[in-house]
Amino acid sequence: MNQSLLKRNHPLAVIDAQRRVLESDAAVPAFGERLAAADLHPLTATGIETFQINVGKMCNQVCKHCHVDAGPDRTEIMTRETMELCLAALDQTNAQVVDLTGGAPEMNPDFRWLVDQIVARGRRVIDRSNLTILVAQGYEDMCQFLADRNIEVTASLPYYLESQTDAQRGDHVFERSIRALKNLNAVGYGMPDSGLTLNLVYNPTGAFLPPKQAGIEADYKRELRRRHGIEFNSLYTITNIPISRFLDFLIESGNYGPYMQKLSNAYNPEAAKQVMCRSTISIGWDGQLYDCDFNQMLEITVGDGLPTHVRDFDAAALARREICIGNHCYGCTAGSGSSCTGAVAD
Amino acid sequence: MVHYYDDADLPRFGEIGKDAPELWQKFNAYYGAVFEDGALSEREKALIALAVSHAVQCPYCIDAYTQGCLEKGSNLEQMTEAVHVAAAIKGGAALVHGVQMRKKAEGISM
Repeated sequence: MNQSLLKRNHPLAVIDAQRRVLESDAAVPAFGERLAAADLHPLTATGIETFQINVGKMCNQVCKHCHVDAGPDRTEIMTRETMELCLAALDQTNAQVVDLTGGAPEMNPDFRWLVDQIVARGRRVIDRSNLTILVAQGYEDMCQFLADRNIEVTASLPYYLESQTDAQRGDHVFERSIRALKNLNAVGYGMPDSGLTLNLVYNPTGAFLPPKQAGIEADYKRELRRRHGIEFNSLYTITNIPISRFLDFLIESGNYGPYMQKLSNAYNPEAAKQVMCRSTISIGWDGQLYDCDFNQMLEITVGDGLPTHVRDFDAAALARREICIGNHCYGCTAGSGSSCTGAVAD
Repeated sequence: MVHYYDDADLPRFGEIGKDAPELWQKFNAYYGAVFEDGALSEREKALIALAVSHAVQCPYCIDAYTQGCLEKGSNLEQMTEAVHVAAAIKGGAALVHGVQMRKKAEGISM
């Protein structure tokens, strides 16, 4: 597989088809019922602490589990005009964190311009990197660019071994990821007292839940240091959400029903209280507003009767909006919970 | 075709408590306590459980602890080595009884 679902004219490339699968699943209770049982329904925002901007679906990889259906064949890219609208919206909030994601965000031709604009505003920038783009032709100076601006790098590495990593992310991805990590270490990322933060992201390489974050972080630190001499700061465990290409994998492998059951059985109300959508606003490549990157990929724009485009951004109303939910939300509330910064509950 | 083993039976495990609920509760409490982090980590205990599952050749246990090991962060290299530990002990257990065979043969032979 080296093309997106969209390019392959796959039935799940039609977003309604994904939503029908998720909402017709009688095997698990509707997610809203579980929230109601914990007095969390309707789920409401608690503020806007994180601006997550998806700057495009273009990526140099075609990972089997990608919830964005990203790839080299995806041409949806945020324009500078839309970025300017995002910055105007950011100025309306006290959000201290701007999380740049994609696709491979670095592939947006205005990525560096956007980073500089956000840094000039004194906000903390996270580059959600796939690592291999950092060693791709034309991006050789990206590590230094990020280091010079003290950009936090949060990078995908689903396991500390080649076999699992390549099975999910493609041939030779592990070897190139290790090279990128060494380059990041060389400019100071993840090194003691450098002030440059390098976090890694674990996500399961199949239809199972992530391990406890602290335990697997210790394994990563020991094994990456021993095998490759690599240092990093923290490991985030993220659960695979049953949408897009991971949904395709689940259905094709006969794991969809058992996986949904597993997520439902592991539902944790403590994690539900702390889901990241409550303190995040997610902006799509075309300026549409969403509760999170997963709702974005399911094309579920912010609800509550609020304007759905960043040009009409209403910070005060969005900060207390009702969150749109669905059965895919079970992915963020299973076990220790899951967010873009890893587990949320013990 | 009737199968003695059915993966749909694994989620029905709790039904065994229906006619002896106190024993089931005690078993569950003990089972839960055994697998908590202790002198051994949850991950190490899951690998031991996987090895024992193969030694006792329980398909339910193999199903449960294959998933369990992956969800504790183990990988196929570690899990395969755990199965070899079970195989080595099972094989060794058979072989060491060969001493009994030899002693018996010596006892009845000229």
